[in-house]
Amino acid sequence: MERAAAADINAANHRDYAGAKLGMWIFLFTELLFFGGLFLLYAVYRSKYLAEFQNAATELNITIGAINTLILITSSLTMALSLSALKSGKKGHSLLFQALTIIFASAFLVVKYFEWTAKFSHGIWPGSPELTSQGEIIFYSLYFVMTGLHGLHVIIGIVAFAIILAMTNKNIINEGDYIKLENGGLYWHLVDIIWIYLFPLIYLIQ
Amino acid sequence: MKEKETISDEKTGYRPYLAVWAALLALTGITVYVAGIDLGRYGIIVNILIASVKASLVVYIFMHLKHESRMLKAMLFFVLSTLTVTIVLTFMDVLYRY
Repeated sequence: MERAAAADINAANHRDYAGAKLGMWIFLFTELLFFGGLFLLYAVYRSKYLAEFQNAATELNITIGAINTLILITSSLTMALSLSALKSGKKGHSLLFQALTIIFASAFLVVKYFEWTAKFSHGIWPGSPELTSQGEIIFYSLYFVMTGLHGLHVIIGIVAFAIILAMTNKNIINEGDYIKLENGGLYWHLVDIIWIYLFPLIYLIQ
Repeated sequence: MKEKETISDEKTGYRPYLAVWAALLALTGITVYVAGIDLGRYGIIVNILIASVKASLVVYIFMHLKHESRMLKAMLFFVLSTLTVTIVLTFMDVLYRY
């Protein structure tokens, strides 16, 4: 009995779904605490430089922030749908939804690119001489660090989803073995959640 | 004997995801609207609460926490508690030191 169990574990096709997913969640926990530290920094400085933070935020465009929020929420939807489709054996649907996720994620970055370029042209970047008050300097440092790190996560997500898309296409990820897609989705939803908090805290405090 | 996988292997249709998506869009609209009206110092609290409702929807439905084991739920609770305690303790210090 024991030997049979050992042989099963050593079998080439052994898969530990629960372990793989738990590992992903533990990674997400470290991500939560990582961004949590930045949110803590934001919260403390905001309480210290309230008026200057509100004043600095008026330079930000709420419409652009809202559009990016809609894009990211929709990409989270297509990600969830791609897993749901694959589980139901609809490979074609799943590939389409995965491709849409990559497109939305890229669109988010394009919007971000134009937003940052506009900031630079208005003389706003970390260490810019046009930022005068202490609160303004800290606000924009946090703005660039937090949205920059978030953007980096979006880039990593796009690369990961391109690989996952190729693997699904080759049936390495399939109806019976979809843990890579599921873990990719978990990561993407966390990136979405970070933005859900960044949007009101950075754009909506004017 | 084949043990039941702890992974969420139930097949869900598209409908619950579309419903959550619609709710997230609506809540985004509400959060922008709330920011536009002046609630004073409560504005930020209302917006953080709305963001938390949105985050809960994403975790519960999109990330399938609904179907996860008790252990995973407990772990997430522990992590969020750690974060909350860190934030509360820091604010205790910041607010009463200066």
